[in-house]
Amino acid sequence: MSPDLTVAIRGVSVQFHGVERHYRDSTALAGLDLAIEPGEFVALLGPSGCGKTTALRLLGGFDRPDAGTISVDGADVTTVPAHRRDMGMVFQAYSLFPNLTVADNVTFGLRIRRLAKAERVRRAQELLALVGLEGHGGRYPFELSGGQQQRVAIARALAIEPKVLLLDEPLSALDARVRTQLRGEIRSLQQRLGITTLFVTHDQSEALSMADRIGVLNAGRIEQFDTPENVYRHPATPFVAEFVGAMNRIRGRVGDRGEVLLLGQRVPYQAATGQHPAPGTLVDAMLRPEALEAVLDVAGPGEIVERTFLGSALRLRVALEPDTAVIVETSSSSDRLGVGARVGLRVLADRVTVTAPSAPSADSVASVAIPSAA
Amino acid sequence: MSAVEGIEAQVAEVTAQLPRSRGPFRPRRRPALWRVSIMVIVAGLYLIILLSSIKFSLISASGKYDLSNYSAIFNSADVRASALLSLEIAGIVAAASVLLMLPTVVLVRLKLPRLTIWMEALTILPIVVPPIVIVAGLDQMRETAPLWLVTLLFNHTITALAPFYLIFSLPLMYRSIDTGVRAIDLHTLVDASRNLGAGWWTTIYRVILPNVQTAVLGGMFLTIALCLGEVVLADLLNLPTNTFPVEMIQFANQDNAPGVSVAMTLLSFLFTFLLLFVLTFLARRRGHRTSGVIS
Repeated sequence: MSPDLTVAIRGVSVQFHGVERHYRDSTALAGLDLAIEPGEFVALLGPSGCGKTTALRLLGGFDRPDAGTISVDGADVTTVPAHRRDMGMVFQAYSLFPNLTVADNVTFGLRIRRLAKAERVRRAQELLALVGLEGHGGRYPFELSGGQQQRVAIARALAIEPKVLLLDEPLSALDARVRTQLRGEIRSLQQRLGITTLFVTHDQSEALSMADRIGVLNAGRIEQFDTPENVYRHPATPFVAEFVGAMNRIRGRVGDRGEVLLLGQRVPYQAATGQHPAPGTLVDAMLRPEALEAVLDVAGPGEIVERTFLGSALRLRVALEPDTAVIVETSSSSDRLGVGARVGLRVLADRVTVTAPSAPSADSVASVAIPSAA
Repeated sequence: MSAVEGIEAQVAEVTAQLPRSRGPFRPRRRPALWRVSIMVIVAGLYLIILLSSIKFSLISASGKYDLSNYSAIFNSADVRASALLSLEIAGIVAAASVLLMLPTVVLVRLKLPRLTIWMEALTILPIVVPPIVIVAGLDQMRETAPLWLVTLLFNHTITALAPFYLIFSLPLMYRSIDTGVRAIDLHTLVDASRNLGAGWWTTIYRVILPNVQTAVLGGMFLTIALCLGEVVLADLLNLPTNTFPVEMIQFANQDNAPGVSVAMTLLSFLFTFLLLFVLTFLARRRGHRTSGVIS
């Protein structure tokens, strides 16, 4: 934090207890339980309609739950209206007031709070400097780029010294370069201020790169609430495994010494359900593309059927049997790993997560799930 | 043309004056001959009537060309009083109409979108029911309503006309404001304002109103034009004082002053034109501030 920063923000805890929200023909949240630590940056990640925006709007006070409670800093705020919650929100759509200048937008909340003009001006200058827009106070929103507008929206949200910062997919309308840049800026700002932040996104790379913890939502429930690394490396459920990143499901058989027999290798495992299957049971092991290695082997069980150059890596689709394939990502740029080459597969992961087989057929030994967002 | 189409044409005419954000570049094409011909014929028709009216208004009672008809208007205390009265009514009705319809439209759009179709139907009623029917109903009411209510309403021209002009203005104001509200991201702006601590009234006054200002001005313009031109109710209710259009009719009915009546019509036209000019100027200024996002 810069030495002259006077915005007084302190991290507070946030709790959702059994929060439910039902609409006429659908359920947005079906008993959401979530505890956010003071100063933590939590991302809610999930597909469209999973309830993540509903959770954010409930915390912001724009909607009321049908059941359950929401607490901020230990106080129940479930029925407190939006304008009395002291939450700073940055919206997905450009939400600056078009009739006001940048400075007036930033000080809007301060005018409502009847702060003296001199103090408002000082706060606006300070916050605009914080988001790298000093000297832009006199401009109108239409004179700014999308990235600049979202920076102003962040400054405006912070100006009221909110208890919690709510980010509703604030980067989704921006182009890729600006999005990546703002991602880092938001995270660094959040860390400097120590403000508790709830960030809603459907973009897994945003959630993985920015959050302290990620809550993966599916059909109104939290499937996993953990650090980005654990969510990625040790998904708790098949849904998390398949939603966050590309995931191979490879059929294996549980051994008798706490390992699973997989592609001719013995690999330690953890069960997604927590209950270890009996030795000899068929299971699906979930493996990321980078947890597999393709090794040239004329007698190998696989054949490369697709090769995609990704810049820093090479993505290979390897057919193991008719109708079954796995995805392998390697940093190797060898031209010999081309379409038609025979390869063997090696498991690089020191531990795999196993789950019940996705289909009873013993013929299918591998399948792949690659979400479109990957 | 149905009543709805008539209103929509009026609203479209006013909104056509307003600035729009620039779309993608299109090469300028020469307008087709038939379009130009229609434009010339229509413009010619208007101009002939206008110029004839101007010429007629400049002919004095003695048959000479001078400004006596105009000076008669400005020298007449009755005309001045009627013009002020009409302006007063127009101002009250326009302000009340905005105060009533802006929160209503916002409420319907945000919280009760299913009522939109009912609002459309409800606000069209004043156009569907002819003013003469309303006059007949009001006459009936004068005879049967409690005396205090009749006294309250009909002892003063403003109280007698303003409530009914307000009802007449609903179709114009509702459609103008609704067009403006549909053009902004109402949900996001309201959420942003509420999130920053603003209550509903502050949000409507400080956020929504400035962003639908052009549409509100358009509705106010149509309302003022309606109030300055309405004659059926104002004349047939036999009110204590004359409004401007009733005064015009009375001048026209005087044998010696038809030119004064036409001069009054032209002044009324000029006033409306100036009002539209001011509206367009204000809209242009606003349009410059809200014309999009730099990509």
